[in-house]
Amino acid sequence: MFLDEKYRGSSFAEYLRVDHPDLLPDFRHVDFTKAVLMHGTTVLSLVYRDGALMAGDRLATMGHQVGTRDVEKVFKIDETGCMAIAGVAGPAVEMARMFQLELEHFQKLEGHDLTFEGKANRLSFLVRQNLPAAMQGLAVMPIYAGFDAEKGRGRIYKFDITGGRFGEADYHATGSGGNEANSSLKKSFRQNDFSREDAIAAAIEALIDAADEDRATGGFDMKRKIYPTCKLMTKDGVEDVSDDDILAARERVLAKHEEA
Amino acid sequence: MAAPFYVSPEQWYTEKAEYARKGIARGKPIVALDYAQGIVMMAENRSAGLKKIAEIYDRIGFAAVGKFDEYENLRKSGVRYADLRGFSFSREDVAAANLANEYSTVLGGIFTREMKPFEVEILVCEVNNASENTYFRILFDGFISDQRNFASIGGDSDQLSEALGKGWRAGLSLGEAIQVGRDALGQANGGSTTLDRDSLEIAVLDSGRTGRKFVRLSKDEVGELLGG
Repeated sequence: MFLDEKYRGSSFAEYLRVDHPDLLPDFRHVDFTKAVLMHGTTVLSLVYRDGALMAGDRLATMGHQVGTRDVEKVFKIDETGCMAIAGVAGPAVEMARMFQLELEHFQKLEGHDLTFEGKANRLSFLVRQNLPAAMQGLAVMPIYAGFDAEKGRGRIYKFDITGGRFGEADYHATGSGGNEANSSLKKSFRQNDFSREDAIAAAIEALIDAADEDRATGGFDMKRKIYPTCKLMTKDGVEDVSDDDILAARERVLAKHEEA
Repeated sequence: MAAPFYVSPEQWYTEKAEYARKGIARGKPIVALDYAQGIVMMAENRSAGLKKIAEIYDRIGFAAVGKFDEYENLRKSGVRYADLRGFSFSREDVAAANLANEYSTVLGGIFTREMKPFEVEILVCEVNNASENTYFRILFDGFISDQRNFASIGGDSDQLSEALGKGWRAGLSLGEAIQVGRDALGQANGGSTTLDRDSLEIAVLDSGRTGRKFVRLSKDEVGELLGG
């Protein structure tokens, strides 16, 4: 108890593994591949003039059914960064919580923040730790983005289920509608010309395109007033984009599609 | 076989306590007090890297006087304890009272069983929106007391609480509270040194913030609040 614990380092995940393994899930000998689980679908991120943007639709599916209509897939992790998740919802939400705690724990113990690379590495470690579960059907595919104060710009890291950190991207989408969203972003993306409004419009357009092709991606649910969520990361911190701005971006995208 | 060397428990405890007090007396005292928006914690500290005041959790701050390696160890264990509790229950379930109890148990155990007691005094503060803020003071032998409005550790505690009691009133602004704290710390020093932006370590638990309430004040902010 207390001073007698074995782990003396600054990682919360490692601390749990060494001193409190009972608090970590044990998925050995369990096969989830045939289970109908809640899945989060499309999320995306892109960099723009003032930093980075992260957005996601709100639908979680269970097989061919709606699991939840208003799930939140973009999480604020600290004062500079966010994480978006696609894949099996349970472990994904847990991973976001663990990542947030991992960064906070380090900051409190060491008295300073990790670098941007350092944070991306910690997430990579968490994803890798989840690999055995991923192989049993609990895959989690995160994106990590934030404003790097040292470099003075927005940055995005993408990961696969093995925790491979495939360098940086200017834009990236993942999840069931990820392909559609990626090709949409590929066409609209103009990093340094993108203002705040342009960036939001590009993200909303990509989500609308994804929802159009992928039945598991939720678009705008006008009847229930459920809209995609979007967060901006700039030198001033993390900002939630208001529903009004999201709806304005939707109008802009629909007008553009009308013209075409 | 030689007969074991007998020391009466009373003598042993008295000597250990004396030893611990001597170690603690080498450090400078720390004060903490309520201001309108929360709690301000203040220490005399010229080091930029080594801190005496730290964040434990959303509403909980920590301060210590005495031997650095010993209180640093206690601080880190406190952060692990709080983060683990928040992880397995919820963030709202992490309370200063539990942590202070834990510190008391650990320090009491060490004082009773070990050859060398810890030479530390610990202050655990908790800022509350709904009710009064609480201050827990834990001594080297595990003695624990809770206080309201203001508290101090290290130095001459009677003199410090007299100085704080004289200056403190409800609803102090941050600047006023810092003046009160500085006067108390200055008196404890015999009034000989002038405490300024470079020699004060100050942090607040600001109840106006959402989530983590602990904020360290920069040297510039301290300078400004002290009036230039």
